[in-house]
Amino acid sequence: MKVSIDPALCQGQGRCFSIAPAIFDFDDLGNGVVIGDGTLNAESVALARLAQSNCPEHAIFIEES
Amino acid sequence: MTDRPPVKDFATEWDHADPQWVADPYPIWEDLRERCPVAHTERYGGGWFPATHAGVSAIAKDTENFTSRTVIIGNGRPSELDLPAPIGVAPPITSDPPFHAIARKLLLPAFAPGPINALEPMIRELCGRLLDGLEGDVINAGMEYAKYIPPSVIRTMLGFPEDDIEKFIDFINIVLEGIDHPLEQRIEEFTPVEEYFVAQMDEHIANPRDDLTSYLLNVEIEGQKLQPEHVFGTMVLVLIAGIDTTWSAIGSAIWHLANHPDDLARLVNEPELMPVAIEEFLRFYAPVTMARLVKHDMEYLGCAMKEDDWILLGFPAANRDPSIFADADKFIIDRAQNRHVAFGLGIHRCAGSNLARLELRVAIEEFIKRYPRFELSDASAVTWASGQIRGPRELPIRVRAS
Ligand code: HEM
Repeated sequence: MKVSIDPALCQGQGRCFSIAPAIFDFDDLGNGVVIGDGTLNAESVALARLAQSNCPEHAIFIEES
Repeated sequence: MTDRPPVKDFATEWDHADPQWVADPYPIWEDLRERCPVAHTERYGGGWFPATHAGVSAIAKDTENFTSRTVIIGNGRPSELDLPAPIGVAPPITSDPPFHAIARKLLLPAFAPGPINALEPMIRELCGRLLDGLEGDVINAGMEYAKYIPPSVIRTMLGFPEDDIEKFIDFINIVLEGIDHPLEQRIEEFTPVEEYFVAQMDEHIANPRDDLTSYLLNVEIEGQKLQPEHVFGTMVLVLIAGIDTTWSAIGSAIWHLANHPDDLARLVNEPELMPVAIEEFLRFYAPVTMARLVKHDMEYLGCAMKEDDWILLGFPAANRDPSIFADADKFIIDRAQNRHVAFGLGIHRCAGSNLARLELRVAIEEFIKRYPRFELSDASAVTWASGQIRGPRELPIRVRAS
């Protein structure tokens, strides 16, 4: 499974990188970015979903595989 | 604003300055959500109030049909004197695309988590010092604590002299109180503020350093530094947007904890709850409501909107919409899923949200560390700001048993 942020939707609300700092980081403007290629393991899936369910802009996507 | 008769039906004559709305807007919004869900008013020259999350979200994200040219509702139709979009009086908040992105991009690096998180020790020390100065069994947590935190932080960020803090706070009051004064009066009132700020800018040009003033003086748009008026405008915007908003958020959180000893005890005993609790404070007591103007006559969300009608964008009302939040009208201190919109939605998302959250968290952490138990000393003495920023002003808190 893979997580990604749609940069066209992200407005830098800052929820993802405070909830899941191991998965998300921020860029110079304060917008959210995924660390690495976004591959999730059994433990990180739940955190990624929690971040997703807190994003006011609905900018986080989780691709099932 | 107080000479209008009391509102009989908020669905057809909503008024955010009506005493009933100021005292307790939540039941009004709940009723409107069920009945309308977009309320209308003839007051202020005519306007609309979407009471649902869907309505607020649609308009906040729609810069084709709505403009941010004026974000504070005045007494009538918007003034012709207000600068036109896309730039507006106070970029980026009064700007529309495409200029908005340029003005915003220049501000964002200074308010990104990196530089903001570095301010934590300074803010903690400031809160501690303010608490040291409070005397007596009953303190005014609004006027003596919450009110002083945001201006002191901004003063430090701008790199203005520490000894000028009282003068600086006076200037902020002039700016905040002048917001809805007629333009000519505003210009006159602002003159001493502008003179002081220009003197500070000159001092920073002579002695550049690592602070927000030097940053704004040196940042470039397409290879060009900003005009001094633009730098001054941005400083004023940061004062308008960053002070009574954050003051209100801190005050509301203290008010809540004073009324809910169970939540206070949980925060004291489980400090790791704080980040989640902060988001619930922001959802439940969202302090900021912003305005838009309708760009052209149109049918929108089932309403016959007219050019230059006001839109009151109730982010606080959206935060209580039960179709988005389970138990929306309950404060749940450990609410795990919380897509609240206290900082707005879309391109105007609060540029200061990282700073606001940090101030709110540190202010509450330091307050409950100093006073693990407290309560309202006189509920009837609490007053609430009216208008588009909501939060307690007079907030007498009993911090020691009498
Ligand atoms: C709890 C405190 C705060 C709340 C609830 C809040 C809320 C908001 C909201 C809802 C907006 C969107 C306005 C719109 O859509 O028209 C906004 C914009 C803005 N806020 Fe805040 N704010 C807070 C604190 C601050 C602070 C501390 C600063 C800076 C020092 C700040 C600076 C700004 C700026 C510059 C904008 C305009 C952004 C743009 O138009 O792109 N705010 N704020």
